[in-house]
Amino acid sequence: MTARDEILARLRTALADGPPPVEVPRRYRRVDDRPDLVEVLIDRLVDYRAVVHRGIGALTGLLAEVDRLAVPTDLPADWLAGYAGQVRRDAPPLSPAELDVVDAVLTGCAVAVADTGTIILDAGPTQGRRALSLVPDRHICVVRTDQVVGLLPEALTRLDPRAPQTWISGPSATSDIELNRVEGVHGPRRLEVVLVEA
Amino acid sequence: MNRPAVDRSGTGGAVAPATGGGRIRTPLPFPTMAARAVADTQLRANLHRATRTIRAKRARVVDEVPDWQALRDAGAAIKADVQRRLPELLEQFEASATAAGATVHWARDAAEACRIVVELTRAAGAEEVVKVKSMATQEIELNEALEAAGIAAYETDLAELIVQLGEDTPSHILVPAIHYNRAQIREIFQRRMPDAPADLGDEPSALAEAARAHLRRRFLSARVAVSGANFAIADTGTLVVVESEGNGRMCLTLPETLISVVGVEKLLPTFTDLEVFLQLLPRSSTGERMNPYTSMWTGVTPDDGPQDVHVVLVDNGRSAVLADPVGRPALSCIRCSACLNVCPVYERAGGHAYGSVYPGPIGAILSPQLTGVADNASLPYASTLCGACYDACPVKINIPEILVHLRQQAPHPVAEKATMRVLAWVMRSPRRWAAVLRLARVGAGPLGAYRERRSGARTLRRLPWPASAWTRSRDLPLPAPQTFREWWEKQ
Repeated sequence: MTARDEILARLRTALADGPPPVEVPRRYRRVDDRPDLVEVLIDRLVDYRAVVHRGIGALTGLLAEVDRLAVPTDLPADWLAGYAGQVRRDAPPLSPAELDVVDAVLTGCAVAVADTGTIILDAGPTQGRRALSLVPDRHICVVRTDQVVGLLPEALTRLDPRAPQTWISGPSATSDIELNRVEGVHGPRRLEVVLVEA
Repeated sequence: MNRPAVDRSGTGGAVAPATGGGRIRTPLPFPTMAARAVADTQLRANLHRATRTIRAKRARVVDEVPDWQALRDAGAAIKADVQRRLPELLEQFEASATAAGATVHWARDAAEACRIVVELTRAAGAEEVVKVKSMATQEIELNEALEAAGIAAYETDLAELIVQLGEDTPSHILVPAIHYNRAQIREIFQRRMPDAPADLGDEPSALAEAARAHLRRRFLSARVAVSGANFAIADTGTLVVVESEGNGRMCLTLPETLISVVGVEKLLPTFTDLEVFLQLLPRSSTGERMNPYTSMWTGVTPDDGPQDVHVVLVDNGRSAVLADPVGRPALSCIRCSACLNVCPVYERAGGHAYGSVYPGPIGAILSPQLTGVADNASLPYASTLCGACYDACPVKINIPEILVHLRQQAPHPVAEKATMRVLAWVMRSPRRWAAVLRLARVGAGPLGAYRERRSGARTLRRLPWPASAWTRSRDLPLPAPQTFREWWEKQ
C-alpha cells in the first residue's frame, strides 16, 4: 500500500464515528462602512513605520535620492518623469546579485487593506515578479485610492488565488528578542507608500 | 515508534490510525522537568517579561475588532468541517497542486517525511538548504536527519537562528528563543557567529542587523529551501506562509527548489476561508493587526520564484488524533501560541519542561494524542484547568475539556484507582455518603478539636506515606463539627 493510500485509509477509519455536517456561521463583517478608508490606511501604515506620501508628484522628490532604481517591465512611464538616475528594468530578469546592489525598487500594487495597513502584490500590472520587490533594501510602492478596500474579506474578492502573492504590512520586522518589535531584518528595511488619486 | 493507535472505530480490518514519532515526547515527566525550570530565576524573569508584553499587545488588537467572537465561531466551524472531510480535501488539494505544477508527496511518519526531504535535496544536487521557521520540520527532527545525510540546514528565522547557534531546542511555538534575553542572545552571536561585529551591542536592532548580514549571502545563493505552511488551500492547491522578517520571502522566492512540509490538518477548503484565518492568526500570535509578510504560491509560476516545487503531506500521529471525537479539535490549532502566553503554568515552567516541540496548553493536549497518552502521560496534568487558554484560543479549542478527557485515559496507580472506585461507590448513594460523613466527623472530632487548639485551624499538616503525597504541598482539612445541612436545619 502506498503512503498516500495508507494515510487516506487511516483518516477514513478515524472518522468512522461519522461526525455531522458543519454549518459555517459567517456573521463577521464583510464590508467596511467607515467613510475615510484612506485615512485609516495611512494611520495603520504609519503605525508600522512605513512612510506615506500623497500625490504622484511626491515621487520626484523621493527618487531624487535614488541612484539605481529597479522597476518592473510595465511601469507607467509618467512615474519616472524627470528621473535622472539609472533605471534597471527587470528584462531580462535581474539576478539576485544585481537586485542586491540597486538602491530602491518602484512598483504598484493590486489591493490595499485599510483595516490592517496591508498592501498586496500579486505579480499583476506594475508589480513585476516577487524577487523584484524583495531584494532591494528600499521599496517604494504606489497605491491608487481605488485600490484601497476596508476589510480583508473585500480584498480577497479582488485577488486571483493562483497568482503568487506577497502581502506587506510595514517594513521587515521581528519580535523575536524579548517580544519587542524591531523594524528591519531581511526584507526591505524601508517601505515608502505613495498614495495617488485614481 | 510508529504503531497503530487504539482502534475506536470498530471497523476491524480497516487500516488503523497510527501514532507518530519525532520530537513530541517528554524525556522525563513534566513535574521533574518543570522543577528544574522553576529553579532558574533568570528563565522565569525572561518568560514573565515576554509573556506579559505579548499578552498586552494581543489584548489591545483583539479588543479593537468588533466581530472577534464571530470570527472565532467561523474559524472553529471551518476547522471542524475540514476534520470531517479531511480525506476528500487532501485528495482535492493534491489534484489542484499537481495541476499547478507542484509534486505532492505523502509521509506516514516523521522518518518517512525526513527521508523524502533528504532525497529531494540530493536530487537537486544541493549540500545545504535554507529553512523557514516551521513547527512541522521541528516535530519530525528534519535538521538532524539532514545533518546525518551530510546536508547542512540553515535556520533563517531570527529566533530559530539563535536556538540553532546556541545548540538549544525551541521553547515557544512563535518565538522559539523566548527563554533568552538580549544579553544572552548577544553572547550566543559573539560565540557562534563568525561574522558578528566585534563591538556587537545588545540592542535588538543591532542583533537583527547582525543576523541580516550573516544570512544575506546565503539567501542570494541558496538552491534549495525547506518550509512549512500555515495553511494549504484545497480548492486551489495554494500554500500560505505567514512571517515577519522577510527570511520567509527570501526562502520561498529565490531558490530553484522549494520543499514544504505540511501536516495533513493544515488544510482549508477554499481561498475565501483565509479571510477568517488571516484575521485571527496575526492578532492572536504576535499581537499585530497583520504580520509584516504573508506569501502565497500555487505550484509553479513560470519565471517567478522556484520552478521545482514539492509538498510533503505528513500524518505522523494526526490520524490518531482525528480518531478521538473528544480530542479531535486539537487538530484545529493554527499554532498562534496565544494559549502559551496566557497560561500560568507555561509562564513559570517555560517550553522545555514540556519536552515536545509543542509546549503550553495546546502541547499538553496535542503531544499526548500524537504519541498515544501512555507515552506522554504527565502532560495532561501540566495545567491548573483555569481555562484562560480556551478564552484566548482563536479557533475555540476547549483545551480544559480535552485535558480532563486525556487524564482519564492516562495510566493511574493501582492504589489511586482503588480509592477512586470506593469513593465513587460511596458518592453514588446519598445514604452511604451521609453515613460516611457522619463517621468521619465523629472519628475526627477529638483530633480536630486538638488541632484547632494547637494551630487555630482544623487541618493536618503532615500525613504518613502514601498520603504524604497530598500533604507535601497542601494541608488536609478535617471534617467540620457540623455539616451545612445540619446548620441550616437549626436556623
